[in-house]
Amino acid sequence: MAATAARDLSSVSSVIQLKGVNKWFGQFHVLSDINLDVKEGEKIVICGPSGSGKSTLIRCINRLEEHQQGDIVVHGVTLSNDVKNIEAIRREVGMVFQSFNLFPHLTILENLTLAPIWVKKMPKKDAEEIAMGLLKRVRIPEQALKYPGQLSGGQQQRVAIARALCMRPKIMLFDEPTSALDPEMVKEVLDVMIELAREGMTMLCVTHEMGFARAVADRVIFMDRGEIVEQNEPQEFFANPRNERTKLFLGQILHH
Amino acid sequence: MTDMPAGERRQLAPPSDDTGILGWTRKNLFSSWGNGITTVVLIAGMAWVLSWFLEWALFTANFTATTGSECRGQGACWALIREKFRYIFFGSFPYEQHWRPLFAVIAMLTMLVLSADRRMWNWRLLVIWSVGSFITFLLMFGQLHIPLSLILFVVLAAGGVGLALRSAVADQTERAAYYALIAIGIVGIGLRFAGILPAWKLAIAPLSYVETSLWGGLPVTIILATYGLAFAFPYGVLLALGRRSNLPLIKGLCVGFIELIRGVPLISLLIMASVMLPLFLPSGVTIDKFLRAQVAVILFAGAYIAEIIRGGLQSLPKGQFEAADAMGLNYVQKTALIILPQALRVVIPPLINTFIGFFKDTSLVLIIGIFDFLNTANQALVDPNWAGFPGEVYLFAAFVYFIFCFSMSRYSKYLEVELNKGMRR
Repeated sequence: MAATAARDLSSVSSVIQLKGVNKWFGQFHVLSDINLDVKEGEKIVICGPSGSGKSTLIRCINRLEEHQQGDIVVHGVTLSNDVKNIEAIRREVGMVFQSFNLFPHLTILENLTLAPIWVKKMPKKDAEEIAMGLLKRVRIPEQALKYPGQLSGGQQQRVAIARALCMRPKIMLFDEPTSALDPEMVKEVLDVMIELAREGMTMLCVTHEMGFARAVADRVIFMDRGEIVEQNEPQEFFANPRNERTKLFLGQILHH
Repeated sequence: MTDMPAGERRQLAPPSDDTGILGWTRKNLFSSWGNGITTVVLIAGMAWVLSWFLEWALFTANFTATTGSECRGQGACWALIREKFRYIFFGSFPYEQHWRPLFAVIAMLTMLVLSADRRMWNWRLLVIWSVGSFITFLLMFGQLHIPLSLILFVVLAAGGVGLALRSAVADQTERAAYYALIAIGIVGIGLRFAGILPAWKLAIAPLSYVETSLWGGLPVTIILATYGLAFAFPYGVLLALGRRSNLPLIKGLCVGFIELIRGVPLISLLIMASVMLPLFLPSGVTIDKFLRAQVAVILFAGAYIAEIIRGGLQSLPKGQFEAADAMGLNYVQKTALIILPQALRVVIPPLINTFIGFFKDTSLVLIIGIFDFLNTANQALVDPNWAGFPGEVYLFAAFVYFIFCFSMSRYSKYLEVELNKGMRR
């Protein structure tokens, strides 16, 4: 499985660039001098202890959080306060949340077609066709007319992934997609994510699922106290962590 | 059966409730000595009050007297209601024209009942309210003179709203039609202001004109409440959204307005609208007293509705806003499609509670001399021939108010269930 990792990405163009990004919550320095270059089709897993700024980092990429210093360039567009830029980037970047965040007052199908219809101005029929195709891909087409509250957590998260894919994004951000799930549902969500990775989607995942990281990641990034402490391809990262903090963290999550 | 392997055990039905009426009574009303005594005492008390009331209201009541003196010494004098009900319902509206407010009330009630149905919550609602309002005011006024500028404005608004709401789903022709409407509206209003188009009015005058000072009774109460709340609701939504805005100026204005309005009694607002406002208007300009009261009710109700809706907005998890943002929805789309539908569901009970409150609060307009339903009931007592029966009249008025308020309360219940279909966990 791990053999998929070592691909040569040096000739591929970058889709996300972070240069010297800093962010504070009040006095708390949550992101400190982050530099990151994500190539097209690259799959990155970000891990680290809670409060290390990993969620904040990926939330800065689609401007759910605002960074205070440095540059973030997504698909050639530099993030600024310009609403047009932000909306343009959000059209290209799909996001999956820890708590699913499906819209409880809309059916599954309506959850999926909402953005294509209103943001992309797609005819309703086409949007529904795409949505049904994606629901088949995440293996729950029979739930299309139900409401999110009637689905299990794993099903809801798969709907959330399908909802993000409905916009045909170039990049997918995952913010701890399996942390809120019962153990027996983690696999069904990871399977969908692995499938997506195999199809070549550019992915940034904040997750502690190290099996997933081994299977699909091109690079694993370890964050602690707001900085990127170490990054490497998964085999090296897990076999020979260099930094003490990485060793300590891996020791805690791998040997319990 | 217990020795069956797990998973193959037969699923048992829950124990059946074979208690019946007697069993239910014993379980709920006579489960213990204390409970039994409470039940008996309360039933006896209720029976005593009810028998006394029925004796007064039915068995010894007088339904046929022609003057108040014939009623004396007996039970309820319902003959008074029989004699005065037309005045109580329609006030000083010209007597032989009473069919007009009657049908206006029917038109408004039809409009309200139709718009209560969830299946009508689309373009139909606009049609229902346009037609219903037109019929109501045509009947009440008898004649409508619609200025050209208002017609042009409506054309402009129709085009704008149509484009805003249907741009995603409209085809080429439909969109062209909206643009045409907007163009006609803007050009027309421009020409009208430049004085090129004349100050023409569309006159629809099938009946004799009845001014608002002659209106009275039930139609006045229903008009004040219906249009008061119909305008206060969207206004309150805007205030609530404004109060949560990131723009300090908008937020400040909304907070200031809400606190200012909530800080004064409705009566003082009504008096201000009726006495002080005319002093500030340039001479020669008058605004109808009824309209001024209506505006005061709208402003007042808007502030209260805004605070209720703000509560609903705050109850939404942050993730809903973030998910909508992450999809690239803009502010208007996010608010209209994701936030408000959920926030409003949450606040249905307090919202309807406020609606019920304001339906009754409209009776405060009697302070500035508008004859709403309670005020006409009050006036019915002034007749010296029928002096001395306030109980009957107020009971009758209370009964009519109760029908409206209770309907709203039941509707609230229905709406809660209806809107949460499928959403219950």
